[in-house]
Amino acid sequence: MTSGSYSHQSKSAVRDRRMGWAIALHGGAGDIPLSLPAERRAPREAALRHCLELGVAALKANRPPLDVVELVVRELENSPCFNAGKGSVLTTNGTVEMEACIMDGNTKKCGAVSGLSTVVNAISLARLVMERTPHIYLAFDGAEAFAREQGVETAHSSHFITPENVERLKNAKEAKRVQIDYTQPIKGAIPSSIGDSQIGTVGCVAVDGHGILASATSTGGLVNKMVGRIGDTPIIGAGTYANSYCAVSATGKGESIIQATVARDVAALMEYKGLSLKEAAAYVIERTPKGNVGLVAVSANGEVTMPFNTTGMFRACATEDGYSEIGIWPSGINGDLEYPNK
Amino acid sequence: MGCWAIAVHGGAGVDPKLPEERQEEARRVLRRCLGVGAAGLRAGLPAVDVVEMVVRELETDPVFNSGRGSALTQEGTVEMEASIMDGRGRRCGSVSGLTTVKNPVSLARLVMDRSPHSYLAFHGAEDFAREQGVEVVDNSYFITDENVRILKLAKEANSIVYDYRVPVPSADTCSASAGPVGATTDGGLQMNGLPISIYAPETVGCVAVDSGGWCAAATSTGGLMNKMSGRIGDSPLIGSGTYACGACAVSCTGEGEAIIRSTLARDVAALMEYKGLGLQEAVDYALKERLDEGKAGLIAVSRNGEVAHGFNTVGMFRGCATEDGFMDVAIW
Repeated sequence: MTSGSYSHQSKSAVRDRRMGWAIALHGGAGDIPLSLPAERRAPREAALRHCLELGVAALKANRPPLDVVELVVRELENSPCFNAGKGSVLTTNGTVEMEACIMDGNTKKCGAVSGLSTVVNAISLARLVMERTPHIYLAFDGAEAFAREQGVETAHSSHFITPENVERLKNAKEAKRVQIDYTQPIKGAIPSSIGDSQIGTVGCVAVDGHGILASATSTGGLVNKMVGRIGDTPIIGAGTYANSYCAVSATGKGESIIQATVARDVAALMEYKGLSLKEAAAYVIERTPKGNVGLVAVSANGEVTMPFNTTGMFRACATEDGYSEIGIWPSGINGDLEYPNK
Repeated sequence: MGCWAIAVHGGAGVDPKLPEERQEEARRVLRRCLGVGAAGLRAGLPAVDVVEMVVRELETDPVFNSGRGSALTQEGTVEMEASIMDGRGRRCGSVSGLTTVKNPVSLARLVMDRSPHSYLAFHGAEDFAREQGVEVVDNSYFITDENVRILKLAKEANSIVYDYRVPVPSADTCSASAGPVGATTDGGLQMNGLPISIYAPETVGCVAVDSGGWCAAATSTGGLMNKMSGRIGDSPLIGSGTYACGACAVSCTGEGEAIIRSTLARDVAALMEYKGLGLQEAVDYALKERLDEGKAGLIAVSRNGEVAHGFNTVGMFRGCATEDGFMDVAIW
């Protein structure tokens, strides 16, 4: 396995793609072990496939990319397989504090929320902040109050908290560390009975045939995080960004993504240095410490890239010319699923 | 061996009719804080220590909108936020939703230095403050009579005081096209529904480069007058209100939402890094091309000891000093 960018290209992706829709989504990047048991792998692949199909159908039906990324992320939030919404990892107090962000590349309008504990779909509340307040970002009590004003769906914490995450927190406390993933047992720590990876974040980026772009990201954050900790997801330019060049959603170690302004940098490299989407994304990934970051991105031209410098990243993408891909580890690694263009 | 340089700001968007004694008072505070920073740099302190020290001074002084003198939420309370970034290693720390911490910028520094995270907010940040033993006071300490008065006026006008924009027809949307500052029908300059004479001063910040060539930035604010409780602006967001890297350090002020959309602080640095622009060029380009209809100002320093600033508002409280003895404080 080589270090650096793992952006996958099949032969068909090399062909110049002028316009046409494209979509990419992720369910988190991290140290996902190759030994991930089938019963942990299968539901995640199924969820990725299902969300990809939903997103593709919406793009084919000419839904605006902003709607598409929201609906895909809602679906990812509702899945207990990923670290967002239901299935969010827990704070050090055993609670959930969810955050999300959405950005419209066309207008650069954006919305973000943090510190949610009862809102079923954080991404939708982020969208309401964008559309129904004069602000961009609401957090904690203020965000929860806004949620009630808006009448969005809320639920008791039992909706979000899964037994696996309760165990994850227990393991993290015993290992006395904050994890971005915890599939690998730490020396001396009690081995986890859970060999999977509830890591990172979920996100979706999309572009339509007119080159309109949008990005959305949602997360439960870090296991055993301090109460009140905010990660990269709701920070425009860090975990989420979209403008007229591209849309980006990042995942990994929040603190690294913030200081590297990952999502903004991909777009800035395209605009200021003239790099292509793939070059720009690879450039950013390579300069972030190894094991810390992955991202999905689409460009106004309908290109897609999904590089990561972690062991794996739950991801899926599709483009209008029929290409689609679902993957976990770098392409070419045994067991990685790929569906070359039909 | 590089030359040191420092710049400070006390907010962009100033009433052109601000009484002379208020202007002089602001200049005096800026001059004093600049002096504190310059002395630190001369003594060889690292840039990150200097920006924290200077912003603490600005927070403590009630003249500007941060710490004591912060703008008030809808509920009449204070929720403060701040961030600090050390270009050396691009380490950063941010805080939001502080209600009792006397110096938010110092808590942001502690988040950076003493927590495993980059950003803590609201109850969690307040708990951390107590764990760290920083100075805390009652929320009433931060509230000034002036701001209570302005909040009342803002509520009567049923608008948020952005400080530098004319009223927009549908003020409840986060619109990217708000229109430029201009004269109203009664001939007086207005900012978002209020006569410009009565809005609150806005945000403080400091950028510095030390003689080792390391840059750092810090920004602190109480945010928008009459904001929703829980609203986070640009000041604590790395890449928006604050940014520092090997090339430069930037601190912004102005319409928070516009600064966030344009990731203003990061863009200045990215223009230098990726497009090869010089410091002032990058500042000018970012303000001209990235803000759309938004109003903002910023200060910046480069690793080479240059200082720069820019603003598209009516005025920005600011000051700068460089190792060769140059010092300037200005508003217009």
